Amino acid sequence: MAQQMTGARMVVQALKDQGVDVVFGYPGGAVLPIYDELFQDQGIKHILVRHEQGAAHAAEGYARSTGKPGVVIVTSGPGATNAVTGITDALMDSIPMVVLTGQVPTFMIGSDAFQEADTVGITRPCTKHNWLVKDTDALAATIHQGFHVATSGRPGPVLIDIPKDVQFATGTYLSPTEAPVGHYQPRVRGDVEMITALVEALETAERPIFYTGGGVINSGVLASQLLRDFVDATGFPITSTLMGLGAYPASGKRWLGMLGMHGLYEANMAMHDCDLMINIGARFDDRITGRIADFSPESRKAHIDIDPSSINKVVRTDFPIVGDVAHVLEDALRIWKARGRRLNKPALAKWWAQIEEWKAIRCLTYKRSETTIKPQYALERLEALTKKYDRFICTDVGQHQMWAAQFLNFDAPNRWMTSGGLGTMGYGLPASIGVQVAHPDALVINVAGDASFLMNIQEMGTARQYDLPVKQFILNNERLGMVRQWQELLHGQRYSHSWSEALPDFVKLAEAFGGKGFLVSDPKDLDDAIMEMIAYDGPVIFDCLVEKHENCFPMIPSGEPHNKMLMGDAKTQDAISTSGAVLV
Amino acid sequence: MSALKIEKGSSRHSAYDLRNPNDEIIETHTLAVVVDNEAGVLARVIGLFSGRGYNIDSLTVAEVDHMGHRSRITVVTSGTPEVIVQIKAQLGRMVPVHAVHDLTADGPSVERELALLKVTGTGEKRVEALRLADIFRANAVDSTLESFIFSIAGSPDKIDAFTELMRPLGLTEIARTGVAALTRGPK
Ligand SMILES: Cc1ncc(C[n+]2csc(CCOP(=O)(O)OP(=O)(O)O)c2C)c(N)n1
Repeated sequence: MAQQMTGARMVVQALKDQGVDVVFGYPGGAVLPIYDELFQDQGIKHILVRHEQGAAHAAEGYARSTGKPGVVIVTSGPGATNAVTGITDALMDSIPMVVLTGQVPTFMIGSDAFQEADTVGITRPCTKHNWLVKDTDALAATIHQGFHVATSGRPGPVLIDIPKDVQFATGTYLSPTEAPVGHYQPRVRGDVEMITALVEALETAERPIFYTGGGVINSGVLASQLLRDFVDATGFPITSTLMGLGAYPASGKRWLGMLGMHGLYEANMAMHDCDLMINIGARFDDRITGRIADFSPESRKAHIDIDPSSINKVVRTDFPIVGDVAHVLEDALRIWKARGRRLNKPALAKWWAQIEEWKAIRCLTYKRSETTIKPQYALERLEALTKKYDRFICTDVGQHQMWAAQFLNFDAPNRWMTSGGLGTMGYGLPASIGVQVAHPDALVINVAGDASFLMNIQEMGTARQYDLPVKQFILNNERLGMVRQWQELLHGQRYSHSWSEALPDFVKLAEAFGGKGFLVSDPKDLDDAIMEMIAYDGPVIFDCLVEKHENCFPMIPSGEPHNKMLMGDAKTQDAISTSGAVLV
Repeated sequence: MSALKIEKGSSRHSAYDLRNPNDEIIETHTLAVVVDNEAGVLARVIGLFSGRGYNIDSLTVAEVDHMGHRSRITVVTSGTPEVIVQIKAQLGRMVPVHAVHDLTADGPSVERELALLKVTGTGEKRVEALRLADIFRANAVDSTLESFIFSIAGSPDKIDAFTELMRPLGLTEIARTGVAALTRGPK
């Protein structure tokens, strides 16, 4: 039933009607009416972050770990601009997010009013869609449409800019069922003929591989289940991008590990040599493909993606299938079974024998040390000691992120939160807060770098305020490690501004924020400290001093194909040609 | 560190560059994009082109259905066949976009543009300008003793040709509307 209410009240009502139970935000002049409503209505939990970027990343963590959209409320001007990095991050990684921003009153827009910014202009390229609502009567419908757009098709962030007078004015509230549905209805079913063609191809394939990405996770738990069924039924090898880890279990028999620039040798070699590549919900990102001209030269390629613009964007595809992963996989499985579950078994056996040879190289081997903690060792211990817990892992960006992807294993989707497309340092701490809010009893760990961690360190205050026992596990190399690695490999070891000279005392910092700090530098102390960290009921900063000059391998140097990987003991100097140095 | 030696036009060393721009054909396509007539929709479409490095050769936009709140954006763009496909996909996934028609690919179409040209001069040149305008079926919509404004409608090619002829005859200013286009036939 249509009701009269103020715009501010509508915001809260619409959020409740959309099933929102928590929002991440920061108040200011242009959202005061909304905050007044949040004060009076206890139905929505509000998490007060310490910086608006933190709100956006926390919402991402919440969304990624639950499959539900994350909601952010920030004020106009600086509130909105501070959120831009997090919004862009969500766009690049297809995270559903609804951002509500306050705006100066409609009659002041364009006058350079206090805290006025052209928020819809600034965020147009970094949202899936955005709206400036100038009329209270349109507000509820716009919010409902925002949720629809953020969560359907390829998910992404939307932003709704709400001038303060629109919040104060009274209008008619429409519930989600009363509000008009927009025409935006992306197609979810794939073309059956094309799916059949793909099935035909996989029946005869000699060297097939599944290459999966974040799209499987976005499609939902059913998609992951269908993927597992498909892989198990066909026995094809499977690799995944950074974003797709967990969709197929790392403990699964057919798992080759992550692929890409720092992916596993066997995964990259199999991608290079395959004759049928089945891309499911991944996007041929340059971190994956390396030099396009030499990318998997002999394969026919299928691409299943809900976003038509992803198909043929980077790599030409032989079997383009636009549709939702779960829907397409369901059809493909059904068709394959109906046609008699045919496979080229002798060829597959040979293919697996080849893969086993690649695996035998054991590409993640590193030089162990009795005296210093190798970052890989720290992660191996973290993996061993936390595996049995209900565990969620976030990361920052850098070497530690790649090592975490290599050394931690994920057996379920929605357990791995990392900034892939944008590569945003400072993502991990706020993301871990968002995850912990959604899963209060779970063990939530952020594998951080010393430099990344400082980028949103203020969010320790949020963790304390809401008693969120997030564990910040810093692989502290006192370096901007990934930058240092590139400088070593391709800038003649000239370490230009890539170390942290004045790092804080992280133990004291933890205490200053009301948490607990650990400092560990001896490998022998590591296990006990990790156990203590897990047992501590509160936010933790775990300062793990690791080898300072460790490089992350394997590595496909920029501009090289998959089969030109550098391995741990490779002579790394001058490994990247000067022409590769121009690439990021 | 030694200087970077990358051949001009080469995409060999790039993880990003997908095609050698030298050995691909550039096509020109006219796209009709039907959009919700909402605030910022034109900025959104233009932003897509500039943000992703696509070309806009010509652009027109106007509301075509007041009740239905629809506008039609006609954009002439050029690029390799892959880029053209990508442009259509990128436009098609935008939330306010209802339909993207590729008039160049969808069979024969009619394209029209309107131009106003101011030509100043006296004597022989003035007479010649008027004579050519007649041949091109351009109308003089304003005239003084030493100037005309011609209005000409037609295909962009025709307008280009007329413009070139007017240049030596005293062309001082030109305003073009950009292309409006529809596919031929009942559909
Ligand atoms: C916001 C931001 N600024 C700069 C970069 C570039 N960058 C990528 S990794 C990196 C170093 C990260 O250092 P740290 O967090 O200590 O992690 P490590 O690589 O040492 O594990 C930098 C500066 C980035 N990804 N994000």
